[in-house]
Amino acid sequence: MEVKVKNVRKEFDKFPALKDVSLNIKSGELIALLGPSGSGKTTLLRLIAGLDFPNVGAIYFGDQDASQKSVRERNVGFVFQHYALFRHMRVLDNVGFGLKVRKKGDRPSKAEIERRAMELLDFVQLKGLEKRYPNQLSGGQRQRVALARALAIEPKVLLLDEPFGALDAQVRKELRRWLRDIHDKTGHTTVFVTHDQEEALELADRVVVMSQGRIEQVGTPDEIYDTPNSPAVFSFIGESSKLPVSIENGQLYLADRPLGLDAKGVPDGEGQLFFRPHDVEVVETGETAIVGTVVVSRRTAGTRQVELEVGGAKERVEIEIPVDHPATSRSRIAFRPKKWSVFAG
Amino acid sequence: MGRADFRNPVSESRRAKWITIFVAGVFLALVLFIPLVAVFVEAFRLGWGAVLAAITQPDALAAIRLTLLVAAISVPLNMVFGVAAAWAIAKYEFKGKAFLTTLIDLPFSVSPVIAGLVYVLLFGTGSFLGPIFNSAGMQILFAVPGVVLATMFVTFPFVARELIPLMEDQGTGDEEAAISLGASGWQTFWRVTLPNIKWGLLYGVLLSNARAMGEFGAVSVVSGRLRGETVTMPLHIEILYNEYNFAAAFAVAALLALLALVTLVLKALLERVYGRDHAGAVRH
Repeated sequence: MEVKVKNVRKEFDKFPALKDVSLNIKSGELIALLGPSGSGKTTLLRLIAGLDFPNVGAIYFGDQDASQKSVRERNVGFVFQHYALFRHMRVLDNVGFGLKVRKKGDRPSKAEIERRAMELLDFVQLKGLEKRYPNQLSGGQRQRVALARALAIEPKVLLLDEPFGALDAQVRKELRRWLRDIHDKTGHTTVFVTHDQEEALELADRVVVMSQGRIEQVGTPDEIYDTPNSPAVFSFIGESSKLPVSIENGQLYLADRPLGLDAKGVPDGEGQLFFRPHDVEVVETGETAIVGTVVVSRRTAGTRQVELEVGGAKERVEIEIPVDHPATSRSRIAFRPKKWSVFAG
Repeated sequence: MGRADFRNPVSESRRAKWITIFVAGVFLALVLFIPLVAVFVEAFRLGWGAVLAAITQPDALAAIRLTLLVAAISVPLNMVFGVAAAWAIAKYEFKGKAFLTTLIDLPFSVSPVIAGLVYVLLFGTGSFLGPIFNSAGMQILFAVPGVVLATMFVTFPFVARELIPLMEDQGTGDEEAAISLGASGWQTFWRVTLPNIKWGLLYGVLLSNARAMGEFGAVSVVSGRLRGETVTMPLHIEILYNEYNFAAAFAVAALLALLALVTLVLKALLERVYGRDHAGAVRH
């Protein structure tokens, strides 16, 4: 099911949580809404679900305007951040709930409901736990029950709010792969919310980066990581180093020294240079490059992280260099980013 | 393991502990336990026969019937109103919410006598509403409806007060989950909300019931004390006592106390189950 969000605005007590957000989600896609807390990602997810309604704008499921439909009519599978499992019901009854509350004509028989719930529990690898109560399960198991329960209603769209937020690192990684697996098997259009960029980049077909109630960028993990379209996205995704530069004739200058880097079409004036600390090459100190003095040098597992003072000791940047490089304190290093972005201002 | 274990010798904190327990124990014995025992001792002074005679006397039977009837009407109604009020306060945001919360507490802070007087003013002969009901052939004041109204006023807060913190703590997540799975509002209430609050609700109902059967002040004002008609058990006890019929007064009092004790035992049993249930109900 294709989902379209058109110019949506949502306010809570006059405070705008979403400001004019538009997004097209393709059928069968796995999409991550990524952003810091307060960026509006959960609000957007709840609007798609129909748990909240937009003040302005519309949400389409396929060609149908779903804006005025309640969550009940939209037929979405929603997995809540804290799972919201029904604590007084056994796992099996939790999973079968969506079928049990159907209208008489559409409701499968009791035996059929039980059979399908068992099938789903098998699918999420929880066979044998059907008689347990939610408080007798681990966090990861609860997460699986919540997903099986959402899948039981054969939803048009699967929505997950911070699906791995409450789990420890090991279980998180495991469940992440597993969710990708489930998505590939069922082919549901899936949207999940996360503040963990690693999770978003690893799992999603496309990532929607949000901040302060707006969508900053939408793209594949590669696009988001390699060509961020704003300083905000660049510094939010992955490690980043930044330097204030001036631009003259399409070339970058730092404290009047040329850096040998192209301005990539940014007009002359002040600008900001962004690059990844690991995406640099060390060059001879005589070349036109960024030259700095080593202030801190840290050995980590595979690389050496070096903090440099550049531009007359006014700025500090971090780069990663090979471990065999003799980066002693106060020594001078020249480097050039292999990939970089320039933003005006 | 408290910090006190290795800070100071235990002697002092132990002494403090015993003193506290002793004070509380003596106080409870003097104020609660001895009088309660006295009621039963006094009641059975003339033997089983006298107690039975006092209880089966027609006016006493009428009082027992009326008390049970009033409880049977007011408790279920308060249960419905209490759940509705708690639901509104715990799950919705609206203007005047703080005011409504205060209003629910009003019967706790107002003297029951005043509650009774309010109904006299509302439905009395000189009032606006009284003649309307009278001309419709309905007697409110000095009749069973008045007694029920006064009892409801006094017992209203118990269910709501019990449920509000519970429902606020549980939030709306479970309800949202149920609706997203296709449940109607009604199904959500019966299958999700009610099971989540059932122990708290039962507890509130028991407290409400105990108070409904024992209420004196408010009922005394509106009842008119027509023997065999508008006299509840507490009123009957007072009438007997004022007539120097101490044996009968204590016999009926013992029965009323017994009803309260049964309620308390039920409540204690519930707390056990509820406590166990609640441990598993804490949000994960």
